[in-house]
Amino acid sequence: MKKPILSLSSLSQKYVMALAGIFLMLFLVSHLATNILMLRGDDGEAFRGAVRFLTENPFIKIMEYVLFAGFLIHIMLGVILQIQNTRARPVKYHTRLKTETSTFSRYMFHTGVIIFIFLVIHLVNFFFVRLGWVPIPEVAEGDRYEFYEMARELFQNPWYSAIYLISFVFLGFHLKHAFQSAFQSLGLNHNKYTPAIKTIGTIYALVISIGFASIPVYFLFFH
Amino acid sequence: MEIRLKIWRQKNAHTKGKFETHHLKEVSPEMSFLEMLDYLNTQLIEQGKEPVTFEHDCREGICGSCGLYINGRPHGPMQHTTTCELHMREFKDGDTIVVEPWRASAFPIIKDLVVDRSSFERIIHAGGFVNINAGCAPESNSTPVNKIISDRAFDAAVCIGCGACVAACKNSSAMLFAAAKVSQYALLPQGKVEAAERVQKMVKKMDEEGFGFCSNTYGCEFDCPKGISVDFIAQMNREFFSAKVCKPKAE
Repeated sequence: MKKPILSLSSLSQKYVMALAGIFLMLFLVSHLATNILMLRGDDGEAFRGAVRFLTENPFIKIMEYVLFAGFLIHIMLGVILQIQNTRARPVKYHTRLKTETSTFSRYMFHTGVIIFIFLVIHLVNFFFVRLGWVPIPEVAEGDRYEFYEMARELFQNPWYSAIYLISFVFLGFHLKHAFQSAFQSLGLNHNKYTPAIKTIGTIYALVISIGFASIPVYFLFFH
Repeated sequence: MEIRLKIWRQKNAHTKGKFETHHLKEVSPEMSFLEMLDYLNTQLIEQGKEPVTFEHDCREGICGSCGLYINGRPHGPMQHTTTCELHMREFKDGDTIVVEPWRASAFPIIKDLVVDRSSFERIIHAGGFVNINAGCAPESNSTPVNKIISDRAFDAAVCIGCGACVAACKNSSAMLFAAAKVSQYALLPQGKVEAAERVQKMVKKMDEEGFGFCSNTYGCEFDCPKGISVDFIAQMNREFFSAKVCKPKAE
């Protein structure tokens, strides 16, 4: 038998996975709340105000490092869990029936990989510009915080819009399972509240994926 | 009825296995699945061939030894049914039935369809018991237990340790088994005393045996012949968390 990758117990790894996941889910809410301001039809005035507030806020600056750590832990643990799980069944079944289980839970790693690829593209598109690692696009006129113009330029390219939209579909699949799974992993299961948690998880996944998808759709068709 | 059996043959843990196909005629729909295998073996012996090795004992669904992976599901197509209680009437005339052993690195194959499930035994040895001083049975009314709680403990205690949860899990995880055993004791006053140490020791052993992690896919609950709920996995997660965070360090 091969040695486990981490000395941390299986359950502790699942707690960390769940906690990092919940943190990332909270981040998505704040990220969407900011970005949705682009749809106000005021040429990004309200959105610019929010970006200015966030980039100048020292708390947000600290949280950026925490967010980076959150992503790193969640991704690395996801890979480690996948390796351990593959090791646990070296010989696969010849015939395997799909039973009535959560379909999305079976593809958490796969949807995770797609989201990771999207994350890299997204960081190159926006975050690296802010860091100065990638040249500022012409539309932003030398202002590396001019995300509104950058987004408009980017999403008017149907290829980029398509990449973003497809990624949000998979993000939705990932979140659909993630929400209730995090509660289960933390042992927060109750016959009164678990059905509600599952419903809220589905609504959350829909709101996040449709909410983010509305931005490329807006720039592509309505702007 | 006529049946085409595609059955796993493997000499031992060190050799590679393969599927072998057998055509069985005059199979009675009233036969249990294991009786059908007995019928196959009788024919194989008559032909001077090696019979198929499979594990069985009580043949009434309580011993947990007859686990077979039939047509892509542990214990076959019927829910809440062990292999021994599955009958041939659940299949159609002319069906092809694929029979495989449990597949998990923690359950190495001994021969054909028999796997070594002693990793489960070792998890139990690690803490799946209650230390009490032997003596007279105590007066039953001196330890009141809420009926709902005692029923829940019983729902966990119906686990027969067959390993279907591991076989069903996409990660070969033993969480449902361990959770049932942890919860069964943790819910009752006699077991509560050692609950914190027990859950830590049993989880540690489970990890050492090389089972996978829980993805909360809940395939285990669906395929458990005793219908044990994944709520017990959440219960084990809670027990483990409180033991790690609130209780003194285990030795």
